[in-house]
Amino acid sequence: MSATLELGIVIAYLVVAFAIGVVAYRVAGSGAEDYYLAGRSIGTVVLLFTTFATLLSAFTFFGGPNLAYAAGPEWILVMGVMDGIIFAILWYVIGYKQWLIGRKHGYMTLGEMFGDRFGSPGLRALVAGVSLLWLFPYVMLQQMGAGEAIVGLTGGTIPYWSGAALITAFMIGYVVIAGMRGVAWTDTVQGLFMLSITWIAVGWVLSAIGGLSTATTAMVEANPEFAALGGGVYTPQFIISSAVTIAFGVTMFPQINQRFFVADSERVLKRSFALWPVLVLLLFVPAFLLGSWAAGLPIDVPEGANVLPVLLTEYTPVWFAALVVAGAMAAMMSSSDSMLLSGSSYFTRDLYRPFIRPDATARREAWVARLGVTAFATLAFLASLTRPGTLIEVGDTAFSGFALLTPVALVALYWDGATRTGMVASIVIPQAIYLAHVLLESVPIPFTNARRTLPLTYAGWDVALGLMVLAGALAVGVSLVTDHVPDEDVSRFSVTAD
Amino acid sequence: MDRSRRDLTWIFTFVILVAFAVPWFLWGTGTVIAGLPVWLWWHIGWLGLCSVVFYLFTRTAWNRGMGLDPGRQENGDRR
Repeated sequence: MSATLELGIVIAYLVVAFAIGVVAYRVAGSGAEDYYLAGRSIGTVVLLFTTFATLLSAFTFFGGPNLAYAAGPEWILVMGVMDGIIFAILWYVIGYKQWLIGRKHGYMTLGEMFGDRFGSPGLRALVAGVSLLWLFPYVMLQQMGAGEAIVGLTGGTIPYWSGAALITAFMIGYVVIAGMRGVAWTDTVQGLFMLSITWIAVGWVLSAIGGLSTATTAMVEANPEFAALGGGVYTPQFIISSAVTIAFGVTMFPQINQRFFVADSERVLKRSFALWPVLVLLLFVPAFLLGSWAAGLPIDVPEGANVLPVLLTEYTPVWFAALVVAGAMAAMMSSSDSMLLSGSSYFTRDLYRPFIRPDATARREAWVARLGVTAFATLAFLASLTRPGTLIEVGDTAFSGFALLTPVALVALYWDGATRTGMVASIVIPQAIYLAHVLLESVPIPFTNARRTLPLTYAGWDVALGLMVLAGALAVGVSLVTDHVPDEDVSRFSVTAD
Repeated sequence: MDRSRRDLTWIFTFVILVAFAVPWFLWGTGTVIAGLPVWLWWHIGWLGLCSVVFYLFTRTAWNRGMGLDPGRQENGDRR
């Protein structure tokens, strides 16, 4: 009975979020620029919250508290420095520059911008292809998070696969019906809702267990090493590697990167930049503290469930726990919508139109986009059923894959000497090495018992960090020894020459 | 200050903001003050400081950092 009530609340909330998107779609225009970029007319609050909500994924809501529950509250520092500071600086260094360039030339995707500057549809396709490759595990992550959340909320009555299937159905329906404007508006509503409800949850749990000091004391008694900075998985190498790879990775996420083109004015970008650290703090501190406090409380987290729903079902009324899970799932849904929407524009604009059907009508392109989204989300759903790692592990892999593009983008955006060959080399080589590390990790060598394994860390440092340095070095080095080809147009990335 | 020196000052400021968001000098310290570990209080205060510094940056160096004329009209600004 209770499982029905909980599931009812979750579904009702998802339906409301869906309705907001549909209304926004009705007021939207119909061109591609509106579908993908909401006509480049997003204001401060909406831009801030739509970017924020895109970060409000299963990684933040369920993966973060799970890690804090298992290893201590230091994850707040990792996410704070990564998201609140490094990402904010990249928001300016890459985001504002892209906004200036994009507004001048009407770009809608990162690949389009690269392809135009370096006169190469191949490079454009390469950037889009690499982005779609790493988007796949990140969409999977949302489905895994939803499945685990429903297991935690209903104590296992409702199986993992049905939670994952539910969110997949909503994701597809949403993207097929609404565009960026719809996504941006539900993001704003959900961002505000999640921020408030997380604080209410903290208040509720703390008053149930006897206050802040009691909660922390119980946590320290159960796990004496939780109060001290560092220890366990939290080595300096881990903190720095995670913060840097995630921040640089987030910048190249299609759904985040495309946000750099949508701001109404530079004032919107400025305000968002200054408010960002505080907003990040307001969310991460309560969410991860809840996870850490749970470690000192007499609760039982079933295998494969998320700690947050379990904690809330224990200390708050059932309807409230369901509401938080609903809110988190809705936030994950909107993150996924943004991902799928941006992914579909990478696919249609950078791959389908240039290479498959240059003469495709807008109508046909829109249908290809929708079919692509459906296929992509369904495949990710099937892959999510195999549950290849924890939420943090799967998320980290995706972030690192994207992070390898960021040094290349920085070199291209700020140095006229960058050449096409330099760009191709600095994308292909680090990606190939990283893929080898990720994919070969557990492949058994035929006819032996040995497993061929390339470690994902060297002396505690994430291999992706080294590959980011390699990517930057290749972008500069190869450009220095090669010449510009005639099709390149260096002036495309100039923001001063009007 | 001339332009490049002001730019360097900002770059240095950002490096400091990133470097000390994690209070490395409190490594291993487990002191709890007012219900939270002391290093968490540092982090909370530091991110607040970041917002203030970022705001000052948007007021003074935002466009100069991109090589644009700092006093130029904000094009396309409807607000």
